[in-house]
Amino acid sequence: MTTEHSGDVRLSGISKTYGSFTAVHPLDLTVPQGSFFALLGASGCGKTTTLRMIAGLEEPSGGTVHLGEQEVTHLPPYKRPVNTVFQSYALFPHLDIFENVAFGLRRRGIKSVKKQVEEMLELVQLGEQARKKPHQLSGGQQQRVAVARALINTPKVLLLDEPLGALDLKLRRQMQLELKRIQTEVGITFIHVTHDQEEAMTMADTVAVMNAGRVEQLGSPTDLYENPDTTFVANFLGTSNLIEAEVDTKNGDDIVLKAGGGKLVLPEARCSAPTTTGGKVLVGVRPEKISLTHADEAGEIAEGRNRITGRIADSSFIGVSTQYVIDSPVCPEFEVYAQNIDRDARLVPGAEVVLHWNPAHTFGLDAAQDIDAGVAEVEEDAA
Amino acid sequence: MAAVTEAPPLAPAPETKPPRKRGRLVPYWLLLPGILWLIVFFALPMIYQASTSVQTGSLEEGYKVTWHFATYWDALSEYWPQFLRSVAYAAAATVLCLLLGYPLAYLIAFRAGRWRNLIMVLVIAPFFTSFLIRTLAWKTILADSGPVVSTLHTLHVLDVTNWLGWTSGDRVLATPLAVVCGLTYNFLPFMILPLYTSLERIDGRLHEAAGDLYAKPWTTFRKVTFPLSMPGVVSGTLLTFIPAAGDYVNAELLGSTDTRMIGNVIQTQFLRILDYPTAAALSFILMAAILLMVTIYIRKSGTEDLV
Repeated sequence: MTTEHSGDVRLSGISKTYGSFTAVHPLDLTVPQGSFFALLGASGCGKTTTLRMIAGLEEPSGGTVHLGEQEVTHLPPYKRPVNTVFQSYALFPHLDIFENVAFGLRRRGIKSVKKQVEEMLELVQLGEQARKKPHQLSGGQQQRVAVARALINTPKVLLLDEPLGALDLKLRRQMQLELKRIQTEVGITFIHVTHDQEEAMTMADTVAVMNAGRVEQLGSPTDLYENPDTTFVANFLGTSNLIEAEVDTKNGDDIVLKAGGGKLVLPEARCSAPTTTGGKVLVGVRPEKISLTHADEAGEIAEGRNRITGRIADSSFIGVSTQYVIDSPVCPEFEVYAQNIDRDARLVPGAEVVLHWNPAHTFGLDAAQDIDAGVAEVEEDAA
Repeated sequence: MAAVTEAPPLAPAPETKPPRKRGRLVPYWLLLPGILWLIVFFALPMIYQASTSVQTGSLEEGYKVTWHFATYWDALSEYWPQFLRSVAYAAAATVLCLLLGYPLAYLIAFRAGRWRNLIMVLVIAPFFTSFLIRTLAWKTILADSGPVVSTLHTLHVLDVTNWLGWTSGDRVLATPLAVVCGLTYNFLPFMILPLYTSLERIDGRLHEAAGDLYAKPWTTFRKVTFPLSMPGVVSGTLLTFIPAAGDYVNAELLGSTDTRMIGNVIQTQFLRILDYPTAAALSFILMAAILLMVTIYIRKSGTEDLV
């Protein structure tokens, strides 16, 4: 709020080990002041440990934590200008909502807290509930108290540890927008830990995808979604169809690849793997970028599009779109999401089809990775 | 019910009704043994003692209920010093138990880690031997020529306690200090266990949250941990104070005639002087006094508000 970088959170080589287990590998991360930053990953990936090291609730095994100019690596939590919204809210059960929210102010020796607390309760729309005890509130209300209790201290950084995990889906959506609104209003840096990729993408300006104690990729939600660097990111954020292919030739800015007897075109700029002729590359495309055309009309497909033939194995109608699973020689379970605009009645399981998409939507990944990385974790968390 | 069983067309109804009726009585059957026990071993003796307390007569001529309430007044005016002493000793022992027990309960609940169960066993271990034997052991510990007394003497602690009137001369045995020590020792587990239970229930994340909200460790204790452990403090102090106030074994074995508590008076009246009405009246006065104190205490501590 004062100078430009005075409030950046800088983690330099920070790591955490428990005995022989490494929860966080040495990690460098800068969270710019005023941003909404998300740490995204499956459970056990080290995202919460990273957050707790920023809060001071966990002592790093190595590296440093800076808040702006100040090094806070070894400061106890009560000396850090940082507040946390805990996963289970951790509201004080013996204090009413007003006193819960006033707690931080009182500990810093501020005497007249009434006006500030009332304003904060207004901001989270809980003015009426000030004299109730936490257990008398609903989950969503408790969540807002937890946010208010942390925000009232105008910390340099607000840390949110899976703050919406305990809420049902509808309330979660509502709270996502609410938190986003509050963040825009107060302009404080938010670092949000979540395993829900949709939550991270809707709320954050920048997302860091973590896997096994490392940051896999960092970027804006669009960037991560459109240009994943690794198979883990490609599979963990949404769904990707990955095809094993071989580099054939280079044609200007494009690479031409051979896959299952056909040819696919990939813009070189969108390939994160080295491309030497004859080398292997994983070609990815998102299911919603693909169009389906019945094999009888294959001739009508425009020139220059990537195409693959296959047979519809399964289809499910989910309202706005229809999700198809296509059995093709290059990929056994190719997923295609088609908008329900003009539905072709012939596109039913068993039909022969051609899948085609604009080559600009293709991305390339290093083939030396586990093609299914990030797939299982998503299912685990959903269960 | 008879009308229901006579209605054959609705076949399922009569079949489901009778079991439900029998089911409704189950709670009463379950209560029965406890209620019988209370009637025989609590209500009847209470009524019997109440009637004894208003009887007059002598052992030779037998006692009769004469509604002689003056016994209460006489007993109180004669033995009020012992009443006060009982309350004072019990209160001192309760405070000592709290001061000793709280840190230990805190340690077991939050810091003991894998030693938790072992320490718990050690807390309960004294119960494996008789109350009497353990109290007699204190006679040896506090013996005039023993190491405890000589250490206290060397450190001039005895000078302080002598000045306070807790000990006299170079002795600890047969002084108020010895009785209070005995009471503290014997009732300490009754303080630790409820304290531990309520401390252990406190969510550790509340400590983290308090620290995160600028509370130093000691402030976290004052503002979060201690208030949340109040149910344990209240039940611990009650479980210590009530039996300590009526205790006579510690005063008998570790005290002198100057440290007689009301329990000793009641015991002597019942078993040696055989003045049953006075003994019964004293028992009722003690009970009423404790009930009154406990009621005020619970009201003041306001624990009904806590989750």
